[in-house]
Amino acid sequence: MTEFLQQLINGVAWGSIYALIALGYTMVYGVLRLINFAHGDVYMVGAMTGFYMTRWLGWGKDPDPLHFVLVLLASMITCGLLGFIIERAAYRPLRKRSKLTALITAIGVSLLLENGGQLIFGADPKFFPTLIENKPIFASGGLIITNIQVIIIVVALVLMVALQWFVFRTSTGRAMRAVAFSHDASRLMGIDIDKVISVTFVVGSMLAAAAGILVGLSNPKIEPLMGLLPGLKAFVAAVLGGIGNIPGAVLGALILGISETMVSGYLSSTYRDAIAFVLLVVILLFKPAGLLGKAVPEKV
Amino acid sequence: MRRFATRSSLPFRFTAFLLVTGLVAVGCQGGGGGGNKADNKPGQPAGTPIKIGHIAAMTGGTANFGQSCDKGARIAMQEINAKGGVLGRQLELLTEDDRSLAPEARTTAIKLIEQGAVALIGEVASSSSIAAAPEAQKAQVPMVSPASTNPEVTQKGDYIFRICYLDPFQGESMAKFGYNDLGKHSAAIFTDVKAAYSVGLAQFFKETFTKLGGTITAEEAYSQGDIEFKAQLTKIKGTNPEILFVPGYYNEVGLIARQARELGMTAVILGGDGWDSPDLLEIGGSAIDGAYFANHYASDDPNPVIQDFIAKYKAAHGEVPDAMAVLGYDVFRIVADAIGRAGSTEGPKIREALATTRDFPGVSGTITIDPERNASKDLVVIKIENGTLHLAGRVKP
Repeated sequence: MTEFLQQLINGVAWGSIYALIALGYTMVYGVLRLINFAHGDVYMVGAMTGFYMTRWLGWGKDPDPLHFVLVLLASMITCGLLGFIIERAAYRPLRKRSKLTALITAIGVSLLLENGGQLIFGADPKFFPTLIENKPIFASGGLIITNIQVIIIVVALVLMVALQWFVFRTSTGRAMRAVAFSHDASRLMGIDIDKVISVTFVVGSMLAAAAGILVGLSNPKIEPLMGLLPGLKAFVAAVLGGIGNIPGAVLGALILGISETMVSGYLSSTYRDAIAFVLLVVILLFKPAGLLGKAVPEKV
Repeated sequence: MRRFATRSSLPFRFTAFLLVTGLVAVGCQGGGGGGNKADNKPGQPAGTPIKIGHIAAMTGGTANFGQSCDKGARIAMQEINAKGGVLGRQLELLTEDDRSLAPEARTTAIKLIEQGAVALIGEVASSSSIAAAPEAQKAQVPMVSPASTNPEVTQKGDYIFRICYLDPFQGESMAKFGYNDLGKHSAAIFTDVKAAYSVGLAQFFKETFTKLGGTITAEEAYSQGDIEFKAQLTKIKGTNPEILFVPGYYNEVGLIARQARELGMTAVILGGDGWDSPDLLEIGGSAIDGAYFANHYASDDPNPVIQDFIAKYKAAHGEVPDAMAVLGYDVFRIVADAIGRAGSTEGPKIREALATTRDFPGVSGTITIDPERNASKDLVVIKIENGTLHLAGRVKP
């Protein structure tokens, strides 16, 4: 029983990491109906920014929560800027073209970031500095919860609530939903579509940066291709929960994280990645819109 | 008719002139090359350096290995070249990066052979060596691995050699060390299923450990590149082993040690020579303290041959060499020695010379190549204490 509970904790913590990445995915999709494949790589750039920043500033020798907050903010700003540039340079010129063109461009941007990352950062893995010391904050009867696990779960939930509030309670959020509904009608109502889409990309990329930094804290090995598989898995999680649905992304990510952990713990870790994609296929067979997604008839 | 002939005579003469001079030039070249034919492959006339290829993981998951090995080999190259080289020619090390990927190691081997390498050094990782070996065998270019310990490597053909011990010996030694020297009688094994090296080592450890009377409480697997191991470690923790044997590479081992300690595991962690890298200490931090691993050399060994090399390496790179640097230094010198004894840069002759290497005084020990093209050498057990490596034991073959 203890072992099962420990696996559950491991799974929830691991799922929260997917959740952080999935939130950005789902938001961009919700507004643009574009699967931004480069999202996983923005997450990598977030982690790399944190790594280089701590190294240049000579931090990381003594854990300091203040340094952590500053690194987190700097990385979010950098990636927000990157998201802005990506949208401006790669997606905006193609907005009037078919969905497929944008999708292929997204894959292109993803490859550019991965291979550019290998060129700039080098392909060898780097060790993410210890900004917060990993300590157990709860230990009883063989059950252990560490502070980093709690931080990740809390941050994932806080960001989910904040995002939900942003999309449903602010005027920018209302504009986003309007743009998601119809580009033309929104423009007629005087909404600056370009601005709304830019904001979406900036916020989505900032979320990816936060995920990168938090993964660096809990699993401190980062490399240019680190975004590839988590990016795909987060996409699966977002689809699982109903793509475009914010609480759905978190739910899907938690289910994915827990099932991966349980498969590794009770079956074999070699089946772990297969399970993620089998789950996707099964859920889509029975619930094509995802767990929390609403089936919307295709606009003509 | 006549007029026509006169008009055409100029271009004709010109062509004839070109043809004749061309033939003479070709003839001269052929004659010059012919004189040295016994010593040279075509395209490598006397006076040009003898090229030795290095299939190296300069980037990627085992980048530390390739980089260290290359640094060691280059020190050997400079020393030999300073003394006049081999066969009166200088040596040149051509290093090609395989990005720590086995399929890439194969293309790298082809590329180096095409560039005229007369012998190949590499790879460190067994999976990569196994992938590259058939190409070297096919081209009859001897390939010498500095550190691939999986038995299969040299079984790929009679042009494939190594200068290190094998996994059966390494696995056996660590099992004996854990059971006899540390007095621990239960162990869990955590294997990198993507690495031939790790799978082999795990199997040999298990065989010896159970033969000694120990019990294996759990056998779990991970894949190279993973960053999350808590699910498997939680399962292992439930079986309460005294030893956690992780025969993987340094990057994952560091994270595994961390996560094992985060889960409150207290088992002694043991491993193989894939651990040897400064990155292990950086990633593992205090979690890796108190762990033991098998290695090829210990930097605190007082042996003057070792201390001399350490001084040279420090002067060149400002750091203490790891085992791969030592093996890189040894492997280059062994290949150079074989070319010298062969008196030729032809593959079959170098192969013969390599196969008859006897009692070569290497920094990593005295190296003799056996009929299976392997080296039998001492193994050292290293203990990690406060972020430094210490000699904890020595096992003779």
